[in-house]
Amino acid sequence: MSVAAITVPTVSHSVASTEGLEEKISIRNLDFYYGDHRALKNINVPLYRGKVTAFIGPSGCGKSTLLRILNRMYDLYPNQRATGHVRLDNEDILSPSQDLNMLRARVGMVFQKPTPFPMTIFENIAFGIRLYERLAKSELDDRVRHALERAALWDEVKDKLNANGLSLSGGQQQRLCIARTVAVRPEVILFDEPCSALDPISTAKIEELIDELKDDYTIAIVTHNMQQAARVSDFTAFMYLGELVEFGETTRIFTNPNDSRTQDYITGRFG
Amino acid sequence: MSPRPQASLYGVRRRRNAISMGLAFAATAFGLSWLVLILAVLLWEGFGGLSLAVFTEMTPPPGSSGGLLNPIVGSLMMTFIAVLIGTPLGILAGTYMAEYGRYDRLTTVVRFINDILLSAPSIVIGLFVYEVMVAQMGHFSGWAGAVSLAVIVVPVVVRTTEDMLILVPDTLREAAASIGLPRSLMITRVAYRAARAGMVTGVLLAIARISGETAPLLFTALNNQFWSLNLNAPLASLPVVIFQFALSPYHDWQKLAWTGALVTTLAVLALSIIARILAAQRKTS
Repeated sequence: MSVAAITVPTVSHSVASTEGLEEKISIRNLDFYYGDHRALKNINVPLYRGKVTAFIGPSGCGKSTLLRILNRMYDLYPNQRATGHVRLDNEDILSPSQDLNMLRARVGMVFQKPTPFPMTIFENIAFGIRLYERLAKSELDDRVRHALERAALWDEVKDKLNANGLSLSGGQQQRLCIARTVAVRPEVILFDEPCSALDPISTAKIEELIDELKDDYTIAIVTHNMQQAARVSDFTAFMYLGELVEFGETTRIFTNPNDSRTQDYITGRFG
Repeated sequence: MSPRPQASLYGVRRRRNAISMGLAFAATAFGLSWLVLILAVLLWEGFGGLSLAVFTEMTPPPGSSGGLLNPIVGSLMMTFIAVLIGTPLGILAGTYMAEYGRYDRLTTVVRFINDILLSAPSIVIGLFVYEVMVAQMGHFSGWAGAVSLAVIVVPVVVRTTEDMLILVPDTLREAAASIGLPRSLMITRVAYRAARAGMVTGVLLAIARISGETAPLLFTALNNQFWSLNLNAPLASLPVVIFQFALSPYHDWQKLAWTGALVTTLAVLALSIIARILAAQRKTS
């Protein structure tokens, strides 16, 4: 493909199919910088309430960077900044006055590598709940159980809640992390390549889970696996070299993309 | 071209490997032999003197029998206080460097100064505490000894705390942040937990380091041949008693010095082994 083609920012939204959907998060004119390097260029994309939006694209295209803006994770590091607007229910989360801990309570995140805390399975979940609510022991037990059930992990761990979270298998650890995220009762959940370190069976379980979770949460998922994007998402955004090339309903993106770059990527010609 | 390496090239490589390995083995054997020799001499000279009396009786005047109770207790007291002073300071500084100020220039400066302090000759530290405490108070004291040991503890603990916290993966910090944990809780509840074994190891290493220090105590706690728990007065310690008794012309004092050296070495050895076990646990968990 030619370089000239990349410089034309053509983002095509299939308008008709999004009627009646509510934008939980809307991203407008978003740029992101690592020091002087502009990693995201004028991104405009919505995340619809109760839908799964997948971000696909070759390595280094900025999809993880975009995800990490939505909970201001980049704030942990120096020399990283975002400009533009990201609205969560019409509240600009890029505003300097945004309380980061409250934002992250509303926008949870599951990472590429399972990252249980170095504590028991029970504590991994209860820890987050106790941050926001003071509950009686029995109520806390219920909440922990409910979170583990939501993450389809309860049956496997109910007899060893006091075992170390790190003693679980990789797939179980990842579901523990999902349970931990769900327990805090967020509104949005960000998945950053949640299955790339997992075997096919664990992957299938997580995908099933994402499908169940979307009834209650708005979900964004970054994935390198196009089949996964096609399976789990309602909307797909294709990114390339820091730009959003195309956004639309997943079925359309995968069957009838408007942009030749999207076409080339999903047919495996590059990336 | 043949896909296999040419025979001559391969031969040279094999010979080079054999020579390097031989040199490495020789160097290891040379280094280890001294260690074994030191331990053997210590055991040979000191083991005979080990008895209950060593741990229950005071240091004797020349020509009579006695033990090492007062220097053992003195050493324990000063080590304990030194760790009590040095550990919180070291952990707080190390935490600042690894967590709050990781990208600050101040951290680079502090790390550089800490490294200098880490390798500062302990006699200099002794002289420093002599100037600021002993000279001001007008007499040697256990407090001054404990402070000089604390000055040695701080840089060791700063270093290990920073190193261990930096080993905690950023993904764990991000996970903590992702559920809305404020930084202070992220550090105390998650990062410390993940780095705990390594940080404890650091404190144990610091104890091992100060339990053999003689020079700073000579200028600060001096010595005391009588039973004393008074930190405002000169206080006996194992290294100083070993120093004094080993240099004396009396055979029974020399014998006690050997025994004291053996006791110190065994205690440090035990600490090192505990530190190793903890470090191994950290790796497996």
